[in-house]
Amino acid sequence: MKSAVVQLPGLNRDRDMIAALTKISGTAPVTVWQTETDLPDVDLIVIPGGFSYGDYLRCGAIAARMPVMQAIKAKAEAGVKVLGVCNGFQILLEAGLLPGALMRNASLKFVCREVKLEVANAETDFTRAYEKGQIIRCPVAHHDGNFFADAETLATIEGNGQVVFRYAEGTNPNGSLNDIAGVMNAKGNVLGLMPHPENLIEAAHGGSDGRGLFASVLDVIAA
Amino acid sequence: MIKARVTVTLKNGVLDPQGKAIEGALGSLGFEGVGAIRQGKVFDLELQTADRAKAEADLKAMCDKLLANTVIENYTIALA
Repeated sequence: MKSAVVQLPGLNRDRDMIAALTKISGTAPVTVWQTETDLPDVDLIVIPGGFSYGDYLRCGAIAARMPVMQAIKAKAEAGVKVLGVCNGFQILLEAGLLPGALMRNASLKFVCREVKLEVANAETDFTRAYEKGQIIRCPVAHHDGNFFADAETLATIEGNGQVVFRYAEGTNPNGSLNDIAGVMNAKGNVLGLMPHPENLIEAAHGGSDGRGLFASVLDVIAA
Repeated sequence: MIKARVTVTLKNGVLDPQGKAIEGALGSLGFEGVGAIRQGKVFDLELQTADRAKAEADLKAMCDKLLANTVIENYTIALA
């Protein structure tokens, strides 16, 4: 499986993401700069976390209008898998690749801590290594992770199994509707989530609960 | 040249935690009976055209494409 990591001014979790992809797949991802429109032939494109364009206007709003996003939209339509983490999730929502919006945390505070996630749908390309209902640990670090969608959209994504991760056991850190932590598109090849699975993949991180997401999407699940 | 003001506000039904916090702060300053505060954004723009219809159409496109997130926000356009 070949992967690519998108780099934009202000994204700062790209190195963690590159390390996770390299360690888990055995191959370093290609890096793609925001102005590129001719994307490499890869199976997975990852938009990492950070504060693209200083979170000006709205988180992810400026990044979502950069040339590379048009190319990513075309790749997603062609079936290439796309993963957005934290600011990457915000960018995918602003770009219209995922339903809903992320608003300021209900507490109005930046939250940086570990939460528990429930795997709400384990029958996706991103979560096959987990069991449905499995509770995993995962770090979060964000100011605008409060997921919102209108009632109709919410009913649709819940009905389609597009809610992939929920905050579990009262750990919702931001006021998200239905404790939603991660959603995918109807086709199932674009996933966005606020928590950082790339920061919990090995013993040095204090656990490896995040590894399953990368093992699933990179197709390296141990037999 | 045409001067314009775009106002972006949260849609009804979208919770506004910042508005709530401002409401609380006004209360603690002694301003009583202030409710339903909603925080929004204002953009002042200058357009190098004399064609008001084109300006209005362009501003609408700017709002739909960038200035507002129409999942959660409404906008109004006013030409000076």
